[in-house]
Amino acid sequence: MRGVFFTAALASVLAVALICVFLFAQGLPPMLKIGVLDFLTGQRWRPTAAEPSFGILPMILGSVYITGGAVILGVPVGILTAIFMAEMCPKPVYRFLKPAISLMAGVPSVIYGFFGMMVLVPAIFEVFGKRFDMMSGNSMLAASILLAIMILPTVISIAETNIRAVPRELYEGAVALGASHERAVFKVMVPAARSGVLAAVVLGIGRAIGETMAVRMVAGNQTVMRMPYEFFSGTRTLTSNIILEMGYVERGSLHFGAIVATGAVLFVFILGINLLFSVLNQDIEKKRNKKGAG
Amino acid sequence: MGKVLILTKRKKPGDWARFLLTWAAGFITVAVLLYLVIFIMVKGIPHIKPSLFAFTYTPENQSLFPALVTTVLMVGFTLAVAVPFGVSTAVYLVEYASRGSRLVRVIRTTTETLAGIPSIVYGLFGYIFFCDLLGWGKSILAGCFTLAVMVLPIIIRTTEESLKSIPDAYREGSFGLGAGRLRTVFRVILPCAAPGIFAGVILAIGRIVGETAALLYTIGSVIQLPENLFSQGRTLALHVYNLAAEGLYNDQAYATAVVLLAVVFGINLLAARVERKFIRAVS
Repeated sequence: MRGVFFTAALASVLAVALICVFLFAQGLPPMLKIGVLDFLTGQRWRPTAAEPSFGILPMILGSVYITGGAVILGVPVGILTAIFMAEMCPKPVYRFLKPAISLMAGVPSVIYGFFGMMVLVPAIFEVFGKRFDMMSGNSMLAASILLAIMILPTVISIAETNIRAVPRELYEGAVALGASHERAVFKVMVPAARSGVLAAVVLGIGRAIGETMAVRMVAGNQTVMRMPYEFFSGTRTLTSNIILEMGYVERGSLHFGAIVATGAVLFVFILGINLLFSVLNQDIEKKRNKKGAG
Repeated sequence: MGKVLILTKRKKPGDWARFLLTWAAGFITVAVLLYLVIFIMVKGIPHIKPSLFAFTYTPENQSLFPALVTTVLMVGFTLAVAVPFGVSTAVYLVEYASRGSRLVRVIRTTTETLAGIPSIVYGLFGYIFFCDLLGWGKSILAGCFTLAVMVLPIIIRTTEESLKSIPDAYREGSFGLGAGRLRTVFRVILPCAAPGIFAGVILAIGRIVGETAALLYTIGSVIQLPENLFSQGRTLALHVYNLAAEGLYNDQAYATAVVLLAVVFGINLLAARVERKFIRAVS
């Protein structure tokens, strides 16, 4: 029986191995054929032109800018809400807030996307449309706002857990030295939970970079190179490039290979973020163990 | 504890700023969530009509019934694949493997990696591997296997947690009475951990029901009652996506979104309740 359990346990190893093998086996050759540099830094994505070009730099930048915007908008609110939940809010409020945020985490991304299409996009057009000469409200800004909302539950719940895990003695010490409650929380407790809060942000970034449907529904999906100050025009991310192109690609073509290669690039991004997250987590564990020993 | 201090210590201006900032952030979070949910409800509930649940789909009624059936099928078959593997993995990790061995570390790392992979990458992989290489085409079967890989880490992690929370005294008692490891696992450990495992399974269901990116190109988007595992189909979430993307049936899209939200909220509340019960039972 041990053997059966053992074999089953290898399933997840096998799954990761298969995903890596197939993404890279089918993604790398086309990337080499296009030229790695041309692929990664090419500014033109014209997969079906007579002389096709496969440059995904606009999508890489699109992912980075949209995620950056989401972090700027969402992370402060998320961390402050986490502080609010861990240290500030009265019990009855907490009893409402905690399940509300876990519900928020469970809302499917297609619903967020639909909400974005129906509310955010028209609202952005209304407010900024004339001033920035927008064609429609579908824009990097819409995607960033939507993603900021979507990463809130992730950031909040992880940051809250880590702030709560800070030993109470630190707080008591600060208060005994004359700090007010707010001062003790902001100057002692939150800094002490630093790596945990950072881990929450990193996980939020991972969620934002990987999000597909909601972004595809509000970002406009143009493949033109965008500068960060063009937050009011549409763009495409790595994820939405895959979902959009898969719809009409010819299987076995170089075009298909370029899509898989886009997936491989996304995968590498995510692996990097996961690595960062686990390094931060190890840091948290180490600190906790040290405290236990001392 | 905090309350007394708030009353006794006078707040300085900086404290007031911090106090207000955190309250404002909490308020924004709640306001956004409530606005989203209420907006969808208000727009959708008036359009929930019997015709939306008609047995056969027509362009006039935009019935969600076939999508609902497909969703239920997807949940059933995905769990049938993922739960045995997930639970066995957790049993191996907690009950059999020596803690801290290299293999355990590898399995744990891969599980974490799986948990972080975005669903579109699963979709791409499922398309290449299940649809294309194994020749299943766009089908419910391919969708199920794709999602099974995706929810595997959820089931492994929750099962592992609940197995770990079973006190060692239970195991020792069982061994002391002469039971072997296998009997201990099936007669003592798993029954005790069942509610915790169940909570994880419910979370996985929530993920399956809400998934779109991994499914769009693995099960297709044909609206029909599935005939067999090789039929194409469309789950509720995909149905919402297609209605929204087409933009022709916004009323029905809102109504379908309400149904989807209700299902997902119901699942999450159930998971929370089961988990609470489990924590109470163990402690």
